Amino acid sequence: MANLLRAAIGGDEAAYAQFLRYAASHVRALARRKIVHGGVDPEDVVQETLLAIHTKRHTWMTDAPVLPWINAIARYKLIDAFRRRGRRMEVDIGDFAETLAQPEAEVAADRDIGRALDTLAPGQRAVVAAISVDGHSIGEAARKLGMNETAVRVALHRGLKAIARRFGRDT
Amino acid sequence: MKTDDLIKALAADTAAPTMTSLRVWLFAGVGALLIAATVFSIALGPRADIATAAETLRFMLKPLESALLAATAFATLIALARPDGDTRRLATLAAAPVLLVIAVVVELAVLPPELWEARWIGSNSLLCLTYIPLIGIGPLAALMLAMRHGAPTRPRLAGAVAGLMAGGVAAALYALHCPDDSPLFVATWYTIAIAALAAIGALVAPRVARW
Repeated sequence: MANLLRAAIGGDEAAYAQFLRYAASHVRALARRKIVHGGVDPEDVVQETLLAIHTKRHTWMTDAPVLPWINAIARYKLIDAFRRRGRRMEVDIGDFAETLAQPEAEVAADRDIGRALDTLAPGQRAVVAAISVDGHSIGEAARKLGMNETAVRVALHRGLKAIARRFGRDT
Repeated sequence: MKTDDLIKALAADTAAPTMTSLRVWLFAGVGALLIAATVFSIALGPRADIATAAETLRFMLKPLESALLAATAFATLIALARPDGDTRRLATLAAAPVLLVIAVVVELAVLPPELWEARWIGSNSLLCLTYIPLIGIGPLAALMLAMRHGAPTRPRLAGAVAGLMAGGVAAALYALHCPDDSPLFVATWYTIAIAALAAIGALVAPRVARW
């Protein structure tokens, strides 16, 4: 895995995708083990951890082992998710007292990364969706959206950063 | 969004270069020193008799202890700003306090007891309590920015250590101006001033360095 991440930092997209898939299954197993009482969706923790791995990949020392680094990030994101859930449950009880009923479905959707995608500026959202959900390459997305490739890269980069930032805040 | 879709987006974003942590800390460290030196030379400057003072052990110990604190805190901070950073580095922070305690013990041994209080209170404690935080606040801000670039899993602790680094730098410079050289004075007033910066760091870091 260290070799894959080193190649990724050197700009190898395929190696990076492979590395992220390994990291995802590793974090998924960890999250399922730690989340015993429910309330937090392990897959949300996986996605938040992947985003954090991505935006903070420069904090990995290229001669250090990868798994302790991934575990530390996953643990941090897991604690963050538990804390958010705790706060949201308090709010829910408050709302319940005020208005008798709050739709629960909204609470579940709140945790979804897809919701963060919805909050992006339209241009960034189109680019991120074209590359993630539709699976286009940078070049294909550029042609489809009538943008140049540099603009697509910039929009993707800023969009992902904005999504990652949202999870660091009390949203 | 499915996790596989997210991975596609992240993988497509590899080209965007991120500054290496080492370079960020180099900038932050040099920046902190420059800011502190600038504020110090504008606001205070060294004392007039620095040439003769520099020949005494009491005077030389002040910047030495402070610089030792700054150096150990900086190395610890760099480790704490990484998710997998080694927290055993925290033990090195004891070096400067140990040196200071030895100096205090020696001072108490060589100084007649009737002088203890005068040397402890000194002549300029208020100036010390004002200028060490004032010189240190800019460097602290520079270190906070670097921390934001990193990924501290214990931001409160990392913020306090950043305060120690900023306080150490500020104290090392302030020591060149300060007319009180007794370890009794340093152990009390310098410590309070540096602790204030550490407290500010601990308070601010969890907000600034969330990720």
